[in-house]
Amino acid sequence: MTRKGIIDEAMRVVLLCAGLASLSIVVLIGLFILRESLPAFHEIGVWNLLSGKEWRPGQGQFGLLPMIAGSGLVTLGAICLGLPLALCCGIFLAEIAPTWIRVVVRPSIELLAGIPSVVYGLFGLVVLVPAVRQIDYPGNAGFGLLSASIVLAVMILPTIASVSEVAIRSVPDEYRQGALALGSTRWEMIRRVVLPAARSGILSAVVLGLGRALGETIAMIMVIGNSVMMPTTMGGPLPGIFLSRARTLTGNIAVEMSYATGLHSSALFATGVVLFVLIMIVNSAARALMSRNVRGGRP
Amino acid sequence: MNRTMACLTAMALCICSLAFAEKITVAGSTTVQPLAEKLALAYESVAPGVTVEITGGGSSVGVTSVGNGSVDLGACSRDVTQAEFERFPGLEALCIARDGIAIIVGPEVSVTNLSKSQVRDIFTGDISNWSEVGGPDEAIVLVSREEGSGTRSAFENIVLADAALISGAAVLQPSNGAVVTTVSTTPYSIGYVSFGYLNESVTALSVNGVAATVENAQAARYPIVRPLLLVAAGDASPLVQGWLDFIMSPAGQSIVEAEGYLPVGPVE
Repeated sequence: MTRKGIIDEAMRVVLLCAGLASLSIVVLIGLFILRESLPAFHEIGVWNLLSGKEWRPGQGQFGLLPMIAGSGLVTLGAICLGLPLALCCGIFLAEIAPTWIRVVVRPSIELLAGIPSVVYGLFGLVVLVPAVRQIDYPGNAGFGLLSASIVLAVMILPTIASVSEVAIRSVPDEYRQGALALGSTRWEMIRRVVLPAARSGILSAVVLGLGRALGETIAMIMVIGNSVMMPTTMGGPLPGIFLSRARTLTGNIAVEMSYATGLHSSALFATGVVLFVLIMIVNSAARALMSRNVRGGRP
Repeated sequence: MNRTMACLTAMALCICSLAFAEKITVAGSTTVQPLAEKLALAYESVAPGVTVEITGGGSSVGVTSVGNGSVDLGACSRDVTQAEFERFPGLEALCIARDGIAIIVGPEVSVTNLSKSQVRDIFTGDISNWSEVGGPDEAIVLVSREEGSGTRSAFENIVLADAALISGAAVLQPSNGAVVTTVSTTPYSIGYVSFGYLNESVTALSVNGVAATVENAQAARYPIVRPLLLVAAGDASPLVQGWLDFIMSPAGQSIVEAEGYLPVGPVE
């Protein structure tokens, strides 16, 4: 074998090993979490864990429904607040912004992604929580889903904005020229031609944001209140539910892990399994949607 | 062949017993753990060759571990319960320090004193408005520690008498420091922390008319004081007794005081 051939072969093996290593890390972590959670699933029961509304480890009650509801609602809130802003930001950067604005705005959005989440949490605790507390609503203490959703919306903004910008930018220029040649305005071109053509990329941007939102921990612990309760409207209209305190699945693990032993600790690993499965469902749903779009998605 | 094996086994046993002869193992309360580590460090410097190995796990784990003989000493930040004494009859508990738990409120609360039963009713959610205890007409915001925390279990033990449960609506913070920050920045809130974490940003309430001070806790006037215990199964070995004697000596108790706990004996 020639010297070049040997180098090629060696590099192939090295790269193969790197690929296999990352795969095996995922598998090993998954197996470890599953193994640690087995006693909880066995003793408490899968259904009781998923549907139980009481979480009192001291009393042997392990119900994850309040945390599942908390994670779900805060993610919903973050997407509702963050998606329009992030998407508009992406469209602006890809289609409208002149170069000199783009070179200022894009790095600042990327900077947003680099801020550690504990700093977002601190900002939420010191600025947002007192601001939300000003809303006159029974039982409102500032801590809760609204504060957490706002923090999370800002945190997922850079992910969604930059990935959707790339998706929009990758739409071929012929599409735009065609649309303009047919007499559409610039906004009609963006809305009717560019966005539909970029939708699989935009969708994957949303999913990446969802994943980030579901997994966020420390910033949530600082602003959501961590109360083990089903989010409630506290007797008011339905939007009032966002002023309710809650706890996320990630927060449940982080807040209690340091003291937990035995079944309690196992139940926290089970919380991790639920989170794992939730994120896998979100990712594979998005993957399915995206592949359908790629096949028949051209306008 | 058999003789060789026997010889090897005997040698291995010898080496093992030599290697582990001077080790004290402790498990249990995470509240006691930092204090025990300081006391162990100080003892290791005056008694060369002795090592103290400390692991956490919580008070219940500490009592169970010493009861079934897997450690030399169990650390416990509450009284040993009757049920535990019945399960492990030989247990001997030594109180190495005491720790007061203060009831704290934020700056806008005008109430300065509560009875112990009022504190209980507030934390169970039976009293939900400050006007019910002589304060303004504002909803009470509860701030508590997470399930499993030593401070929380001692608080439940002493104030809630274990029968009642802390309201699920309470804001939970994962450390003493976070409770102080939350209470000091949240109007009309109430929480509880170890004496060591009190500062000027929060007001510590009097309980049953007794101010939350170290002096009152020392004199057993302040009602929410928990013992920090080291539990042994029966008589301690000379090795373990050596460390316990050091802890109760003025040198040991000075460390207790320096760490912000109440000493239980004379200090240097």
